[in-house]
Amino acid sequence: MPAHDVLIIGAGLAGQRAALAAAREGASVAIMSKVHPVRSHSVAAAGGINAAISIDDDWRSHAYDTVKGSDFLGDQDAIEIMCSEAPGEVMHLEHIGVTFHRNDKGEMDLRAFGGASMKRTAYVADITGQALLHVLYEQLMKHHETVERFEEWFTTSLLRDEGGRCCGVVARDVRSGRMEAFRAKNVILACGGAGQVYKPTTNGLIVTGDGIAMAYRAGAPLMDMEMVQYHPTCLVETGILITEGARGEGAHLLNSEGERFMEKTAPNKMELASRDVVSRAEQIEINEGRGVGPGARGIYLDVTVVPRKRTLEALREIVNLGRDFAGVDITREPITIRPGQHYIMGGVKTDVDGRTPIEGLYAAGEVACVSVHGGNRLGANSLLDTLIFGRRAGEHAAARSASMGMPEVDPNPQLRRDAAMIDSIIARPREGRRVSEIKGELGELMNRHVAVFREEQGLQSARETIARLREESRRAWIDDRGTVFNQDVLGAIELDYMMDCAEAIVAASIERRESRGAQFRTDFPERDDEHWLKHIDISLNGDGPAVSYSPVTITQWQPEERKY
Amino acid sequence: MAETHERPPEQFTLRLRRYDPESGESPYWDEHTIELEPHRSVLEAILQARDRFDGSIGIRCSCRQAICGSCGIRVNGEPALACHTHLDAAKRSAREGVIEVEPMGNMPVLKDLIVDMDAVHWKKIQRVTPWLLAKQPVPEREYLVEREAMVDVTQTMACIQCGACVSDCLAMEVDPGFVGPAALAKAYRFVGDPRDDQQFERLNDLAQDPQGIFDCTHCFKCVDACPKDVNPMGQIMRLRRIAGSDQHIVDRNNGHRHEAAITTLIKDYGLLHEAEMIPRSYGGNSWFGKFHPAAGRELLSSLPVILKAVLRGKVSPKLALLGHKIGKQDLQAVQKIYETVESREQRYELNLYISGEDES
Repeated sequence: MPAHDVLIIGAGLAGQRAALAAAREGASVAIMSKVHPVRSHSVAAAGGINAAISIDDDWRSHAYDTVKGSDFLGDQDAIEIMCSEAPGEVMHLEHIGVTFHRNDKGEMDLRAFGGASMKRTAYVADITGQALLHVLYEQLMKHHETVERFEEWFTTSLLRDEGGRCCGVVARDVRSGRMEAFRAKNVILACGGAGQVYKPTTNGLIVTGDGIAMAYRAGAPLMDMEMVQYHPTCLVETGILITEGARGEGAHLLNSEGERFMEKTAPNKMELASRDVVSRAEQIEINEGRGVGPGARGIYLDVTVVPRKRTLEALREIVNLGRDFAGVDITREPITIRPGQHYIMGGVKTDVDGRTPIEGLYAAGEVACVSVHGGNRLGANSLLDTLIFGRRAGEHAAARSASMGMPEVDPNPQLRRDAAMIDSIIARPREGRRVSEIKGELGELMNRHVAVFREEQGLQSARETIARLREESRRAWIDDRGTVFNQDVLGAIELDYMMDCAEAIVAASIERRESRGAQFRTDFPERDDEHWLKHIDISLNGDGPAVSYSPVTITQWQPEERKY
Repeated sequence: MAETHERPPEQFTLRLRRYDPESGESPYWDEHTIELEPHRSVLEAILQARDRFDGSIGIRCSCRQAICGSCGIRVNGEPALACHTHLDAAKRSAREGVIEVEPMGNMPVLKDLIVDMDAVHWKKIQRVTPWLLAKQPVPEREYLVEREAMVDVTQTMACIQCGACVSDCLAMEVDPGFVGPAALAKAYRFVGDPRDDQQFERLNDLAQDPQGIFDCTHCFKCVDACPKDVNPMGQIMRLRRIAGSDQHIVDRNNGHRHEAAITTLIKDYGLLHEAEMIPRSYGGNSWFGKFHPAAGRELLSSLPVILKAVLRGKVSPKLALLGHKIGKQDLQAVQKIYETVESREQRYELNLYISGEDES
C-alpha cells in the first residue's frame, strides 16, 4: 500500500503548487488526479493573475479591492495574506518559466480587470491558466523523483482513523479498474469546484464537486456555499467563457438599443465593475426585453473597439472561440453573450494554511473556502488563490508530517465498502432513469432557481426537486460493465458528489435572507449587515444539511456601501 | 450587426470505432444516429450517443472548448479535437454522409477512443528536458526580456498536448523513435526563451540525435492537424535554422549540410540536381568536396534506393546525372528570391501571435 507524508487529490494549479511546495520542504509527496494533470480545469482560466507588482501599486489597494469585491464577506486576514504574498508568487512563476507578456521595457505587462482600482493583472495572452498549469507540470516532470504522480486515479473516499483524523484515501485506477488504499499523514484536497451542478456552465465536465462532497461526508463544514458566481460573458448556447480580459482591453457591453447600459449601475467602472454587478445588470436588460440575438436572450459584447492588432495578440483564444463556437469574427462584429455559471466562492472551510477542522485534512483552490472571495470573486483572483493557498497548504502539511509517524489504520473495510459500492452501481437493474437524465435535470433546475436572481419559493422548489433527484440517482443505471476506463460508473459516483454540492448550495441560499455579492434575493433585495455579515456553514447532519454561522474577520476595512 | 442564427436540429449518423480490451474481441464499428444543430461539435454528438444509447462509449473529454486537449480523435481519418469539429463540416468530409470517428494514430488504443498518451506522447515530451533551465543568477524581480520574444514562445506555449500532430506524423509512423512534432515544438518553447541558459546544449542534443530535428520529413501533416495553430513543423524548421545558422552546430546526421546543399543547388541551377546532392551534403560546395569519403559511403549505401527509383521511373539517369535545365530568365528569377531574402537584416519568422496586420 502506497504511503506518503503528503497526498494531494487533484492536479490543477492548487494541487500542483501544493505538491511542489511540500516536496521542497522535504516531504514525500504523491499527487493524484482523475485526469491527466494538464486536463485540469485551471487550464481554462484565461485572463490573468492579480498581483500588486507595479511600483505605483500597493498590495493594500489590491486587498481593499478584493474586500469590496467580496461585498465585505471575505475574511480580511486571509485577503491580506493572499494580496501581500501575490507579488512574490508571481515573480516565482516567472522565474520557473511562465511566459508572461512584457511591456516595451521588458517588464511584465499588466492589464485592467473587473473590480480593480488599477491595472494589476499579469497575463499570457488569454491563455494564462494554461500557461501556468503547463509550466507547473513541467516542474512536476522535473521533480519526478520527489513527487510521485498517480494520473487518472479517481478518489472514492477519504480514509479516517478511529480518532477521526484523515489518514489517506481510497481510489480507483481508471485505466485498470483496480481499487487501492493510499495511506498518508496529510491529505490535501485540491480538486476544484462544482460547476457541473449547473447547466450550462463554463466549467469542464470533470468539475463535479468531488472534493467538496468527500470532505462534507467526512464531517467538514462547507462555507459560503450560496455564493455562486455567474460570469458576465458566456456564449449563449454552450456557456463557453469569453474572458473578462476582453472588457479589460476595453470591450463594451451593449443592449438591443445600442446603449452601454452599465452606465446606469456602474457609472465609474462601467464594464469593469465586479462580476456580480455586471451579471445582474445584463440579466435586468434581458428580463426587461432589451436583450439581443435569438429570443433576445443575450447581450452584445463589442470587442471591435479594441485595436485589431492588440486583439489578435492579446485575445487570440477568444478570436478562435468566437469563430469556432459562435461563427463570429469578434474583431469585426459584436458577439452575443449572457451571464453563465462560472465559479463557486464557497467550499470546504479552511484556515489560512489550508487546514480544515478535520485533523490531517487540508483543502486549497476552488474546492476550499478560506474565505478570500466572500460574496463575489474578482476576476484574476482565482489563479492567485490556488497558488498562494496551494503553496501554504503544501508547506504546512509538509511541516506537520515531519513531526509525526505514519498513521495506523486498517484500510481494508473501507476499500471493500467502496469496491462493493462500485459493483452495486454496475449491477443496478435497467429501470428508472439514466445518470445523464438526472444530471441534466439537476443542472437546468439550478440554473433556473439558484442563479443570478433567487427567491424563497424557487429555492424551496429546488430543494424538493433535489431530494427527488437524489432518490432517483440512487437507482440510476449505467451501461458499462467493464473495468478498463469505466467512465460510466465514475459518472454515477460523480452524480452523487454533485447532489451533495447542490443540496448545500440550496440550503445556504435559502438561509441567507439578504442580498450580498452573488446572492441576490428578490424577496430580500438589500444587504443587511446587522443580521447577515457572517458566514453560513453547512455541515452534514445525519442525512441532510445543518446550518451554523461563523464570524467574518475584519481587520482594516469596515463595511460600506459598494459603488462602482 | 450579425445575429447568431438558431438553426434547427438535424440528424447525423456517427460510425464509431469501438474496442473493448476485456472482451478478447477485435475492434468493431458501432453506429448511432443523433440529433443536434449542425454547428454543434462532434464531441457533443458522441456525448449524446453516450447519454442516450450507450454509456460505455469511452472518450476522454472535459472543457468542450478546445483548451484542455483531452478529446483528440480522428474524424473521417483526419486528426482533430472532437469538441473543435463542427458536425456540418464533419458531414461534408464524410463518406456517404456517415461521420467516421476513430482513436488517434501512432499510439496504442486502450479502449474505444482512448489511446495511451503516456507510452508515446508524454514519453517524447520528457525526452526534450521540458522545463526551463534558467539563466543564473535569478533576478529579484522578473527577467527583463524583449516583448516580442515572449509573444513568440507563447505560440508554442499555446500547445494543449492533445496529440493530434503525433497522431498524424508520417515520420513517426515510419520511425516510432522520432522525437516528433509536439515534443520538438515544446523544445522550441525553451530554445526560443531568452531566459533559458542551455540553448546550445538543447539544440546540439536534438541535432545530433538521429531521431531528432533532422528526422522530420517536412510533410506538413502536423501543421494541418494542430487545432491551436502551434505550427509544429515550423518550430522544427526554426530549431534547425538556429542550430545550423546561428549556433553553427555540425551535426553527425549531416542534416544541416544537407539542407545547405539543397539551398545552394537550387540557387545554382534553379532546380534540384540529384547527382550533386550527396557529394555536396558531405563535402560542401567545393569541387574537391565531392570526393569526401563519407559521400562515397552514403552513395554506395543509397544505391538500392536509387536503383529502385530509376526502375519505377521516378528518376531518369540522364536527368539525375546532368541535372535539370531551366531557362536563363527563370534561373535569374529564382536567384532574385535568394537575393531578396538574404539581403534582409533579420530573419522573417512567421508567428501567429505577432500579427503583422495593420490596425483597422
